[in-house]
Amino acid sequence: MTDQLTTDTTKPAQRMRTGSMALPLIPWVLAAALLMVLPFIFTANSAITIMNQMAITIIFALAYNMLLGQGGMLSFGHAVYAGVGGFACVHIMNMDDFFAQIPLPLLPVFGGLMGMGLATIVGAFSTRKAGTVFAMISLGVGELIAACSVIIVAFFGGEEGISGDRTYGMPFFGVEFLQQIEVYYLIAVWLLISAALMYLYSRTPLGRMANAVRDNPERAEFLGYSARWVRFFSFVASGFFAGVAGALFAINYEILTEENLNTTQSGLILLATFLGGVGFFFGPILGAIVFTLVQTVLSLQTELWGFYLGIVFVVTVMFFPGGLAGLIMMHVPAMRLGKLNRLGVPYLKTLGSGALGCLGAAALIEMTFHARHASTGDHEMTIYWTTFDSHTVLPWILATAVTLIGFGVARATAPALAEAWGEANTPDGATR
Amino acid sequence: MDLILVNLIDGLVTGLLLFMLSAGLTLIFSMMGVLNFAHASFYMLGAYFAFQISLYLGFWMGLLIAPLVVGVLGAGVERYGLRRVHQYGHVPELIFTFGLALLIEEVVQFIWGKNQMPYATPEILQFTAFSIAGNSIPAYKIFMIFISIAIFIGLLYVLTRTRVGMIIQAALTYPKTVEALGHNVPLIFMGVFGVGTALAGVAGVIAGPVLGTFPGMAFVLGSIVFVTIVIGGLGSLWGALVASLLIGWITTFSKAYNLRMEDLLTSLGFTKPEPIWDSAWRDLWSITSPQIADILPYILMVLILIFRPYGLFGKRDA
Repeated sequence: MTDQLTTDTTKPAQRMRTGSMALPLIPWVLAAALLMVLPFIFTANSAITIMNQMAITIIFALAYNMLLGQGGMLSFGHAVYAGVGGFACVHIMNMDDFFAQIPLPLLPVFGGLMGMGLATIVGAFSTRKAGTVFAMISLGVGELIAACSVIIVAFFGGEEGISGDRTYGMPFFGVEFLQQIEVYYLIAVWLLISAALMYLYSRTPLGRMANAVRDNPERAEFLGYSARWVRFFSFVASGFFAGVAGALFAINYEILTEENLNTTQSGLILLATFLGGVGFFFGPILGAIVFTLVQTVLSLQTELWGFYLGIVFVVTVMFFPGGLAGLIMMHVPAMRLGKLNRLGVPYLKTLGSGALGCLGAAALIEMTFHARHASTGDHEMTIYWTTFDSHTVLPWILATAVTLIGFGVARATAPALAEAWGEANTPDGATR
Repeated sequence: MDLILVNLIDGLVTGLLLFMLSAGLTLIFSMMGVLNFAHASFYMLGAYFAFQISLYLGFWMGLLIAPLVVGVLGAGVERYGLRRVHQYGHVPELIFTFGLALLIEEVVQFIWGKNQMPYATPEILQFTAFSIAGNSIPAYKIFMIFISIAIFIGLLYVLTRTRVGMIIQAALTYPKTVEALGHNVPLIFMGVFGVGTALAGVAGVIAGPVLGTFPGMAFVLGSIVFVTIVIGGLGSLWGALVASLLIGWITTFSKAYNLRMEDLLTSLGFTKPEPIWDSAWRDLWSITSPQIADILPYILMVLILIFRPYGLFGKRDA
């Protein structure tokens, strides 16, 4: 793809790319502007809370992807680095004399250093091998540290965790971080800084070598690089940014508990990162945004959100290993050929009816769940803004019909979509 | 002395249960190079299926049928899921089994709810087999020991003495050659995955009544199983056996004897800081062995990894 770009100077995109050095900056400027105006669009307090959570998850997911996507190391215990960074920050908040001397916006540096310190220790023996062995060590170490939270009460605070107060820090240009919106901007600035640093890291020789080691450790060793040290540095850098995410969590929520360390948390960040897509830098960002929305919005709607998430996750691993980002980038060739618009109608037919089928199936699942688990006598349930009796036949017939018709139409129109897809990805005049 | 004997039996039960899980996992791992993260989930499914069957047909039919169902399910997962993901590489395979573990837990909650199931030991085994100095040993524990050992011997026999076992062992090392000789290697893989998960299912059936049948039971045992096979050495069946028994006994004994860190430190010549609740080291002084019993396997794993990265019996770094 890139070869084509450098040779074909007749295309306008190519001229722009060689001409201007400012072009790579555009996404960053746009992101900064977006972060700036978002609180003016979504003014509700709950929306700001969700956005804070989202930004923290983005940093964490990007840090996680430094391991998984760029280094090929699958970690099942990455929450501990974020968690320990966060715990350290709450302790700093509780050190009255020391905390009064440092401005709050600098706190994530301490959290990052703490995460980095722990990653240095663990990385010393866990980065010998990638893949399966690394995955299991990360799981064991993660469980070990999470279990310590109920034993080392002085640091982890036992079952109830530890809490602090962010407002005791030195005011930063008069801002005392009493309001949620002030915290939002603090997190937003750290999000930009961390994302930019992580992006730049992926462009350094070390970041590039991490990719080489992921794809073929033997060859990287032949080039004179120690695969182990490259992995180690990736791991340490990832630990730093995970610690930053943990510190921001501490600033935002002012409390850390065992839940921030445990395997569930580590699993959730793997889910978010992988759903977003590990192959591209923006994948984890996308994943974190979508995942936080699902977690906060869908979990309010249904008890079964974990079930749906599990299905989506397994389907993604099986059929779209590139995640959301991979799906989006699949369309780039068609876009280059200027044929993207030809996909519109087939997409609407197949995916639209497929989505209808999914909604029908979800209704069936919800109704089954309600019929099985609701307290006796409670026959009323509400789904899709409709309240009905889950023990009557009509809703079942309706939902089954919608499901069957939706999936049926999707299946019938799928060959047409495949046809259109092939057509859109073939240059005009070329024979297929 | 008597207490030691009781604890030895208790540890043996825990260890053998752990071994049933890690044997299946080891078999699958050495065969296909994929670590089945959802292995403990199949153990959970075994317990739930057996409970459901025991409601209608009794415990013994559950013991017979549930592992078969779990095995067929496992074979299906290999055939329609894992085989597809295999083309992307080992890391996506691991992620797939991880997602599967999550999904199975959600499905179990969907069908059976979040509460513990009233899955009980069969009445015929509800008596005291014998007692040692006032500590009674239930018959069910002895039954568990015998079932585990019988299955292990059966597995060993099939693997080393029968024709099928020979083909499986050959396919482990030379899959291409075995395929060229006319054997259906993908079918063997599917079979091994099925047998491995069925083993986990058996463990679930017999552990369910004792350890409790609830949606978190896979989670409780899941990571310990991985720790076991790392300690034993990846891919080594004997290593898995030794590590399982080791973990079983270590956790049982540290729970039974209340060793206090305070006594240990004092005997080493340290003085206890006073007042203790103000000291930063207070947790170090107050730790007791029952408290850390559950994390001892993890500590053991970290130590093993530092000093002997390929595990107790492993020959290669995997």
